[in-house]
Order: sequence, then C-alpha cells, then structure tokens
Amino acid sequence: MPQSAEKTKDHVTLFQEPEYKEMFADKKAQFEGRPSDEAVAAQSEYTKTWEYREKNFARTKAVINPAKACQPLGAVFAAAGFEETMPYVHGSQGCVAYFRSHLARHFKEAVPCVSDSMTEDAAVFGGLNNLVDGLQNSYTLYKPKMIAVSTTCMAEVIGDDLSAFISTAKEKESVPADFAVPFAHTPSFVGSHTTGYDNMVKGIFNYFWDREKGEVKRGAVTSKINIIPGFDGYAVANNRELKRYMDEMGVEYTLISDVSDVYDTPSDGTYRMYDGGTKLDDVRAAINAKATIALQKYCSDKTLEYVETKGQPTASFHYPMGVSATDALLMKLSELSGKPITESIEKERGRLVDAITDSQAYLHGKKVAVFGDPDFVYGMVSFLLEMGCEPTHCLATNGGKEWEAAMTELLASSPFGAGCKAYAGKDLWHMRSLLFTEPTDLLIGSSYGKYLEKDTGIPLIRLTFPIFDRHHHHRFPTMGYQGALRVLVEILDRIFEITDDASDISFDLTR
Amino acid sequence: MSLDITNDTAAAEALIKEVLDAYPEKSAKRRSKHLSVAKPTEEDGVTGCGVKSNIKSIPGVMTIRGCAYAGSKGVVWGPVKDMVHISHGPVGCGHYSWSQRRNYFNGTVGIDSFVTMQVTSDFQERDIVFGGDKNLDAMIDELDVMFPLAKGISIQSECPIGLIGDDIEAVAKKKHKETGKTIVPVRCEGFRGVSQSLGHHIANDAIRDWVFEKGVPEFETGPYDVNLIADYNIGGDAWPSHKLLEEMGLRVIGMWSGDATLSEMARAPKAKLNLIHCYRSMNYICRHMEEKYGIKWVEYNFFGPTQIAASLRKIAAQFDETIQANAEKVIAKYEGLVADVVAKYKPRLDGKTVMLYVGGLRPRHVTNAYEDLGMKIVGTGYEFGHNDDYQRTGHYVKEGTLIYDDVTGYELEKFIEKIRPDLVGSGIKEKYATQKMGVPFRQMHSWDYSGPYHGYDGFAIFARDMDMAINSPVWSKFKAPWKAA
Repeated sequence: MPQSAEKTKDHVTLFQEPEYKEMFADKKAQFEGRPSDEAVAAQSEYTKTWEYREKNFARTKAVINPAKACQPLGAVFAAAGFEETMPYVHGSQGCVAYFRSHLARHFKEAVPCVSDSMTEDAAVFGGLNNLVDGLQNSYTLYKPKMIAVSTTCMAEVIGDDLSAFISTAKEKESVPADFAVPFAHTPSFVGSHTTGYDNMVKGIFNYFWDREKGEVKRGAVTSKINIIPGFDGYAVANNRELKRYMDEMGVEYTLISDVSDVYDTPSDGTYRMYDGGTKLDDVRAAINAKATIALQKYCSDKTLEYVETKGQPTASFHYPMGVSATDALLMKLSELSGKPITESIEKERGRLVDAITDSQAYLHGKKVAVFGDPDFVYGMVSFLLEMGCEPTHCLATNGGKEWEAAMTELLASSPFGAGCKAYAGKDLWHMRSLLFTEPTDLLIGSSYGKYLEKDTGIPLIRLTFPIFDRHHHHRFPTMGYQGALRVLVEILDRIFEITDDASDISFDLTR
Repeated sequence: MSLDITNDTAAAEALIKEVLDAYPEKSAKRRSKHLSVAKPTEEDGVTGCGVKSNIKSIPGVMTIRGCAYAGSKGVVWGPVKDMVHISHGPVGCGHYSWSQRRNYFNGTVGIDSFVTMQVTSDFQERDIVFGGDKNLDAMIDELDVMFPLAKGISIQSECPIGLIGDDIEAVAKKKHKETGKTIVPVRCEGFRGVSQSLGHHIANDAIRDWVFEKGVPEFETGPYDVNLIADYNIGGDAWPSHKLLEEMGLRVIGMWSGDATLSEMARAPKAKLNLIHCYRSMNYICRHMEEKYGIKWVEYNFFGPTQIAASLRKIAAQFDETIQANAEKVIAKYEGLVADVVAKYKPRLDGKTVMLYVGGLRPRHVTNAYEDLGMKIVGTGYEFGHNDDYQRTGHYVKEGTLIYDDVTGYELEKFIEKIRPDLVGSGIKEKYATQKMGVPFRQMHSWDYSGPYHGYDGFAIFARDMDMAINSPVWSKFKAPWKAA
C-alpha cells in the first residue's frame, strides 16, 4: 500500500508508486487509444526542427500560448490603485471571477471587484438595468468612495454606452449625483491588459478633469509630479521603492494608481477591503502638476496624450530597470523638480555598479530569451545589455510595430544586441521553436515560461507578471538600483546553479 | 450521519437578518430567498435546506460565480487530453483558465496531449465586424499542421460568438469532413445561463451530439465495465478512485473527463454502469445514456472513509456476489490506513467547525470526510447548485446549519466574521480575505494545490492538509504582542 498516515504521499510522489504506474500503463494500453510511443517520439523530435519552426511561424490565425491577457484585467488593476475604489465590470460575470482569481493568484491577496452579471436578456435589451441595479448594490454594500467601471467584450459587442448609462443610473439615484463613477470602454478584442490599464487611468483622469464639474482648465502649476507606474506585477515593491527615492530627494509627487498597499495588506486579524491607493483629491489636483511621467509607455500612451491636451508636459519610460534606465528616471525627476539626486542614492548606484563589476565574468556573453509585456521586455533587455549578456529572442505577444522598431533601435545601440531579434505579436509556441532551433542559456519571463523550461531544458527566471508558482517575488522591487541588484542576484543564482549542476571536476568552492 | 450535532438555529437566523439589512430593499428581498437555516423535515433523518437556487445573480453584489464557458472549457471539455480546445473569441477567457484547474493527465504536452495549453482565436475588432468563421476554419487547418497527433478539436465559444451570429456548427461539419477528425462546437458563451452550470449542460449535450451521434466505436465489452464519470482528476483525484474500482474487480473503460481521451468518451455507451461523482456537472449525459443505451447510473462519494465504504457497497450491489465480496475486502484492506489517519489527526481536529462554499458537489460531498475527523459543518452553500443539489444536501447537513446559495462577498465575509469557524473551505477569491481575519482556510476547488483527496489514499492527504491549515503556528502571531489583548 503506497499511502500511510505517517509518511503521507501527495500528488508529488504518490503517482510514482508502482500501483499507480501499473494502472497508468494498463489504462494507456487498453483504453486510451493514444498514438504509439514511436509516433509521439517522432513528432516530439520534429517540433524541434527548423522545418517545424517555419510552419510554426507561418501561422496567421491560430494563437497558441499567448503571453497576454485582455483589457478589463488591466482596467481592474488600475482602478484598484485608487483610494477606496471598487472596480466594477459591466458585462458577463464570469470575466470578473477570472480577473479576481488571476490577480489573487499572483499577489496572494483578496481582489475585490464586482460584475453586473449580464445574461441573455441583457444581450437582447442591453445592460442598462444591470448597471442601474449594480451601481446601487455595490455602493450600498461596499461603501466605496469611487466605483470605476470597465466593460467585458459582451457589453462592447452589443454596444452599451457607459456614459449614457451612468448618467441614467445617477438620475435614478443608484448613487448620489456627485459620487465618482469614472469609466472606460475596454473591449477585450482590442489590445491587451496594458491597453485596458491605459484606458482606465485615462478614464479616471477624464472623470475628475472633465466630467465631475465640467471641463477643468489647468491652473497654477504646483510642484508635484504625477507618476503612472503602468501594469506591473511588482508594483507593490516598485512603487514603494520609487517613493523612497522621491522622498529622499524631496520630490513632491502623486502616484497615479498606487496598488502598493492595496495588494499587500497585513495579516493582523482584520480584512481590509480597501487600503491605501491614490487619494481622489490628489487626482483632482493632478491636473496642475508640473508634469506626468509614465514608467511604462505602452501602458500609458492614450493617457499621456490626454494629459497633454490639458497643457501638461509628459515623459515616458520603458519599465526602468538597471543602471542607465534608473539614471535617466532619476535625472528626469531631478530636472522636473529642481531637486538634486542625493549622495546616498549615488552611493546606491555605485554599489550596483560594483556588484555588476564583481560578477561580470559570469554574465558576459550569456544568451538570454525574454518574453513579457512590451515595456518589461524593453527594460529587461536594456539591463541585460548593460551586464554584457546577449539577449537573443525578445518576444511580446502584445507588442506592436512601434515596439519592434524601438527594440531594434535598442539592440543596435550595443554590440551585445547584435544577434538578437524582437518578435512582436508572437506567442510562446513560437518561442518554443526559437528556443529549440536557436537555444539560449536562460529564459526570462513569467510563470507560463515553465512549460518552455520543461520542454527545452532552458532555465527560466521569473521576473514578470504573472508569477503563480513562486511566492512573494513581487514583494521585492525590480526597479531602481536596489531592484536591479535583486534582478542581478536572481540571474546570477541561476547561472551558478547551472554551473554547479554541470560541473564535475570543476565543482569549485569559490566562484 | 456519524455525529449527533445540531447548530444554533436562532443565531443563524439572526445573522441572516443582519446581512440582509445591509442591502437595498429590492436586493434584500431577492437575496433573502437564497439564505436559510437547515431544519428537520418529515422525512426521517433529512434536513431541509429551503433555498432558491440556479437563478440569476444580482448585479453589483460580488457574486463568486463564473460563466458557462468556465463550465464547459474549464470543467467538462478542458481535461480531455488528446483534443485541442480552442477558446474561440478574445484572448482573456483562455488566458485566465490556462492550467488553473490542475486536471492531471499522462501524456506529452503539445504532442499528444494539450490540457495545459492555451489555444485561442484571439479575436480582434475585425472578427467582431466580419465574423470569425473563416478564421476558425483556417485556424483548424493550422492546428492540424502544428498538432497532427491530436485526435480532435473542440470549439469553446466565448461571449461574442453567439452575439455576432457565427455558425461554428457549419465550420465544425466542414472541417470534420475535410480532416476526418472529431470537431466539437460548443455554445458555451459566457452570458448564457446564470453560472458555470449551464456550461456543464451545454458541454454534456455537445458530447451527445458531436461524439455519440457520430457513432460509437466497436469495443469488446466485459461484464464489469464501468465509466468513471465526472471526476476531473484535480490533483489526481480520479486515480485513487480508479484504483479502488479496479481493486473490487470492476473494469474502468473510461474516465470522464480527468485524464480522458476521446476514445474513452466515445465508447462510454458500451459500459454496463455509469458511476457519477460530480452529479451537478454530468448528470445530463448519464440520463441520456440511460435513456438511449439503457445504462444505469449510480452516484457515489469517495470523500472520507464513511462515504467511501458506503459507496463501494452501493456500487457493488449493482453487480454479483463476487464483486460484493471484493468490495468488503477492499474496505477491510484500507481499515488500517483509515484507523492510522483518524488516530493521528482526530485528536487535533475534534470539534473544530467548518464553513464551506464551493461549486456544485463538494458543499455536501465532503461533509462526512470532515466528520470522520471529528469536525463539524456549521455552514455550507453552492455557487451553482440546483434544487436537486440542495435536496441531496439535506442528507448530509445537521439542523441549524447556515445555508447560503450564490453567496456574495459581503455575506460570506460577515458570516465568517460572526461565526468565526475554525476552518473555511472555499476558493482562491475567498482565501485571502478569510486568512486576513485570522481564520484558517483551504481552497476546496483546487485542494489548494494539494491532492488527491478522493479515495483512501486521498483521505490521508485531506486529513493532513486540514490539520496543517488549522494548527499552523502562524495564527498565534496575528496580534502584535505590544497591542492590548
């Protein structure tokens, strides 16, 4: 008998017991009707070839293992970053169950969000009644300061008009007339979660700057700088790291959508449905800020465009990671605020450079494949280039032509980028072919990369959303000099593990 | 009914009133029909659960339910391992459900098995405007090139498909003719029905129409052939169950749908008996097989030794004396293991209270497994149960148990806060809010990444997991020592 109370075996080992292995073999031989082992082995080998790769890249319709989610996920994430805000999704309810689960699995936190549960009748008659009831119910039950509405594809296909519906709901007194209900149309058949993030942040600005009390004109400029972090699985730690730098420099700022306390609440006996987040008054005042900076351009294009229509200057980055990207961000903050970068920050920078110097021999020439959201891939690759690694395949399923061009330019800027190609709009089944035909030393991406690691044997380093199968990575930053140091150590650890595993004679104590 | 327990009916009723007071009037009235306290009925030993179920969720209240697509792709079809399941529509649905249900299988991913893949038509605006049929057609050809060893394809409709008037059935017929492979169109658009439940039903109907109706393969039958129906092999659940059935001399000719192949689905009508675990999600196809092929079906429960033994006997009673004697031998064989598990864990768990909120089966099915360890269910409810599920629940729960159908985030949080059970068993969306309150929690959809929980092998793991959740030292650290008690 394989099982016992004393040494209980669960799925990790139980099914390796002979009783189970025999049962699997019997089932396969007698009942499954699967292809022969030879056919499976042959096909398995075939998928590793250049010929298969060409067929794989000839795909134009089938999308296999794409590394992107849909718009409302980004909208829910963005909405969650505001003070006592209930994200609300107008449309089918299953979507909300998915968004909540998805974010909860990554952050290991509760993810409040409501749906207005549209079904067949709403498909025929529209979802106005759902919105009228839904706003009233969520306002009454959950007592938010703001309800931020986005849409599922169902509501978009039938053409529900959020602006008109919300006005009607207010007329019907679902919520008080002056209660903040910003909205964003977030069709999942356009763009990805990064687009949804952009749309929601823009929708929230638009509410406070153009709708709440009619059109607001930009007044006397304050000393504040608005920062939009973008969709970031590490936002909890990265936002805090950024605030630390700005506090130290004396830069005044407003983080626009700050989930750092929302998705990182303490365990002390109280469940906080709302905690932290950007104050609504700060959003109102943000129109008069000196400038708005987006940390992830492709998460904020439309928002920045909107901010510029108000006469406010903007700047954007691509997930600033590593030495130069952090330098550039800090210099921008310094330039805008007139506050110098402090000596202690400069020392931190020096320590990061020191660490890279100490370890450069192990990083030099390491071939790395990277996948993730467009800004992350850009930021990651620019840091790899600084460390003397050789990025080889860079892939963003939700990257466009503009991203591909920006990547090509970045890669051309360094001799270490010479052998690398950027793939916009490709998926992880494409990446599988790339890794088999042109293997790399490392793969950097999200948890979904674990299937590539298993198939190709190329070690995966998890550095971007979503991370489901490792805990608490998101509680430590990846941005700033400290974040870069942490990323450096993660990469080095993996390299040393591989070296140790591969060593026999040279199983060295000191490396 | 191993324990004689009654809960506090009056307290539970007061609690229901309290949560209803927080709603706007119209919604309070609607929600009141879904909340109840179990009461004795005229039928001996059965408790009435008296709630309305399987009706629309109220907008804006934070229902925990999912959709029909989740019921079909996520539950019924997704685990069928040698088929490629297309999430047909925009990218999200397939993304969020990608590999999240832990339906274990043996096979080579991307070669002859496709369970842990996300294959989607990734609808763009032009597909909404011009329709997706043409691209679906082309996509199936591409999948044939990518995955030549796949035995078939299912098309899992997302919301837009039914709204833009696509004819996926016509595409399926055409591609079946061209490729000779089984192509199954499933109309499981997320806006259909009120929960995952209609998705199960639609998925069952698709098996009937697009697998059975296309012909049942020749198969050499035996007297003890059974199908193991509606076990999705979460954490490997179906395997200890399979093992027990074989140990008692039955021959499992098909697993549905955990670790299933299309062959196993197709030959099901050749079985002598259908054994159904999750009644909610697959009773439809069992009823169909009974009507059309005359195959009887038996519900069973492999959670915890009391129910396992009862179920083994119930199943054996459908067969001859040899099988009946074998069932007794199987029960006896595992008595030692059961005794060891109970001896180890019951002292740590005795008298602990549990609140459950799960899908369509477990809110009742796991009850006795807890009781086997001395624990007591004080509240339970279904995300997508129907009236017949609540009727069946009456055979499991005790008087005074709080019953909540399609519970809202608000209600569940209040119930947990006020009842403060020793354990809550629910899903990922409920987990962290509960734990923040200092209440131990286990995910009872996914077994919290553990499992299997079915069968005797699974019971040991179940007991271990409940013990580790409840008796973790971390719960004593919630209050900072400098804070007044």
